[in-house]
Amino acid sequence: MYNKKEKILVPLIAVVLGVLLGIIILVVSNRDFMVLFSSLLKGLTGITLGKAGINLRYPGELMVTTMPLILGGLSIGFAYRCGMFNIGSEGQVIMGSLAACCFGILVPIPTRFAAVVVLLVGALAGALWAFIPGILKTKFNISEVVSGIMLNYSGMFIASYFYKILPGSTTTRTVDLPVNATLKSDFFYNITNYSRLNWGFLVVIVCVILYWFIIEKTTFGYKLRATGFNKFGAKFAGIKTDRATILSLMISGALAGLAGALLIQGTFGYGRVSLAFDNVGFDGIAVALVGGCNAIGVVLGGFLFGLLKITQPLLQTSGVPREIGDIISAAIVYFVAIQYVILYFIHKKRKTKGESKE
Amino acid sequence: MNILIQMMPPTLMTAAPIIICALGGLFSERSGVVNIALEGIMLVGAFAGATACVLLEPSLGSNAGWVSLIIAAVSGGVFSLLLAVSAINFKADQTIAGVAVNMLATGITLYLCQLIFEQQRTVAFEKGISKIKEIPLLSKIPILGEMFFSNVYPTFFLALLIVFITYFVVYKTSFGLRLRSCGENPQASESMGVNVYKIRYSGVIISGVLGGLAGAILVLTASTQYTSASVHGVGFISLAALIFGKWNPFGVLGAGLFFGFSNSLGVYASMIPIINLLPSEIFSAIPYLLTLLALIMFSGKAVGPKAAGEIYDKGKR
Repeated sequence: MYNKKEKILVPLIAVVLGVLLGIIILVVSNRDFMVLFSSLLKGLTGITLGKAGINLRYPGELMVTTMPLILGGLSIGFAYRCGMFNIGSEGQVIMGSLAACCFGILVPIPTRFAAVVVLLVGALAGALWAFIPGILKTKFNISEVVSGIMLNYSGMFIASYFYKILPGSTTTRTVDLPVNATLKSDFFYNITNYSRLNWGFLVVIVCVILYWFIIEKTTFGYKLRATGFNKFGAKFAGIKTDRATILSLMISGALAGLAGALLIQGTFGYGRVSLAFDNVGFDGIAVALVGGCNAIGVVLGGFLFGLLKITQPLLQTSGVPREIGDIISAAIVYFVAIQYVILYFIHKKRKTKGESKE
Repeated sequence: MNILIQMMPPTLMTAAPIIICALGGLFSERSGVVNIALEGIMLVGAFAGATACVLLEPSLGSNAGWVSLIIAAVSGGVFSLLLAVSAINFKADQTIAGVAVNMLATGITLYLCQLIFEQQRTVAFEKGISKIKEIPLLSKIPILGEMFFSNVYPTFFLALLIVFITYFVVYKTSFGLRLRSCGENPQASESMGVNVYKIRYSGVIISGVLGGLAGAILVLTASTQYTSASVHGVGFISLAALIFGKWNPFGVLGAGLFFGFSNSLGVYASMIPIINLLPSEIFSAIPYLLTLLALIMFSGKAVGPKAAGEIYDKGKR
C-alpha cells in the first residue's frame, strides 16, 4: 500500500489541508488571513512586507526554537521506527533540562569543555528516565504510553522542586549557568541582531547524522527496527528483544534529554521553575509524524513547527489571535493521523486516471 | 481531626471531576478506544461551561451554573466526535489521534476566548456552582455531617450518582454487555450481530459528554474563569484513576477520592506536623507515582479491556 512517493505526499497534503483550515477559520471569524502569510514570511526571513531591510533576529530565533524541536522529533521518531510511541519524551526533556542545569551550576569546570560535559549529562538523564518505561514494558508488559504519561507529570513536579532548592534560586528561576557551561555565542548574537542563536545547531547536526546512520545503515539499528516490527520474529532470528526494546527507548530518551539540555544551555541559560510543560516532547510528536520519522523529514518538520511557533506573537500583534498557529499545528497532526483517508483519495484518483488511459 | 474534617469538602470538590471524567474514559476504553484525549475534552468542557456561565448569569442568576453544565456536556460530546471519526472510521492510531485532539483543544478554546472576550481567557463569572450550606438532616450527624454534608458542592453527589448509573449500564444492561465485548474481542462481537462501529461511537461520545461535564464542574467549582491552565492535567489524572481503579466504576470512585485527598493534603500540608516537612510537589506527584506502582502490581493479571487501542478491521481474524 505504501510507496516512497506516498510517504512524502501524505505529510505535504496534511500541511496544505492544515493551512487551508487555518485560512477558513480566519475568514469565518472575520480576520485578515493575509496577515498569516506576511507573518510567516517575516518569521522565516526577517523581511517585513512594505519595508526595506532584513531583520536577521527572526531567522535567528527561528533556529533557536527549531533546534530543540528537531531533537524532540528525532526522539519520537527513533522510538516510532522501533515500534514504540514514546509519549514520555516530554518528561525526558524535563529531566535532561534538570540534570544539565544542576550539573552546570553545581560542578564548575573551568574550560569550554564544560558545555560538552553538561550536554552529555542531560542526554544521560533523559536516557535514564526513559529506562523506566523500557523496563516496565519488558518486565511487566506495561504500555510505554501509559507509563510515559505518568512519568511526564512526575518529572515535572520533581524538576520544579529541585530547581527551587538549587543555591541562589528564586521562586521562579535558578541562577545563570556559568558561561563555560552554556552554548551561547557572542558571534551569533551580534550577526543575528541579538537573537539567542547558539552553538546548539552543531549538536543538532551531529544528532541528525547519527540518527540517519544508526537507523538506516547499521545492523544495530536494523535489530531495533526488527524488534519493533515483529517481536516474535526478531526473537526467533536470535535478536535479544528485551534489550532492543530498552535500548530503543533509552536512545530516544537521550535525544529528548539533549533537547532539554539545549533549552537550558542555549535558549535560556538558566532553569525555570514551572508547573507547565515546555511541549518540546509533545511537539516532537508532530515533528516526527510530519517528517515520516526519517532524518531529513524531521529536520523539515522541525522548521515547519518552529516557524508556526515563532509566528504566533507576530500574529497577535497584528490583531490575529495567536492560537491560530496551534490550531494549524494540531490540524496537521490530525490529518497525518487519518492518512487512511488521504491515501484512499490518492488511490482512487490514480485508479480513475489509469482507467481513462485505457 | 479538625484538619481532617476541614480537608474533606475540598477533597470531594477535587474528586468530583476526576471521577466523572474517569468514568467517561471507562465507557470509551471498555468499547475498545483508548482515550488520551480526555484532557482536551475537559478543556473544551471547561471553556464551554465557563463561557456559558458568564453569558447566562445575567439572565438566569444562580441556575446559570447548572445550565452551563448541560451545555458543556453537549460540547464535550460533539468535540469527542473528532476522536471517534478518526479512531473508528479512519483507522487512525488512537494514541496519535488523541494527542492531535488534545493539541486542537488548547488552540480552539483560547482562539474562541480571544474572539468572544478579546483576551486569552474568559471573563470571570460571578458564582458558578455554589456550595450547599447544610443538607437537612444528614448534616446533623456528628463528625460525618461536618465532613460530607455541610459546605459541600453538590457536584460530588452528582459524581456518586453517575458511578451507580455507570455500574448499572455497564454490568446490568445488554448495551453494557455489548460495550464490554467490543473492548475484549470486537471480531467475535460482530459475528454475534453486534455493530462494533455503533457501540464504539457510543462509548467515545459518552466519554465526551462526561469529560465535558467534568471540565465544566472543575472550572465552575474550583476556579473563577477559564484559562489555559484551568485543567492542568486533571484529564490525565482521570486516566490514571481509571487505571488505578482497574476500569471498574467503584474502583474509579475510590481512586478519584484518593487522588482528591492527596491534592487537599498538598494544600493543607503546612498545617499538619511531620507532613509539613515534605515538599508540596510530592502531593501533586502522588497520583502519577501510585498509578505506576499499581500498574506494576496489576501486571500479569488481565484487568484492562483486551482490545483497547486496537484498530477494528472487519476483515481481520
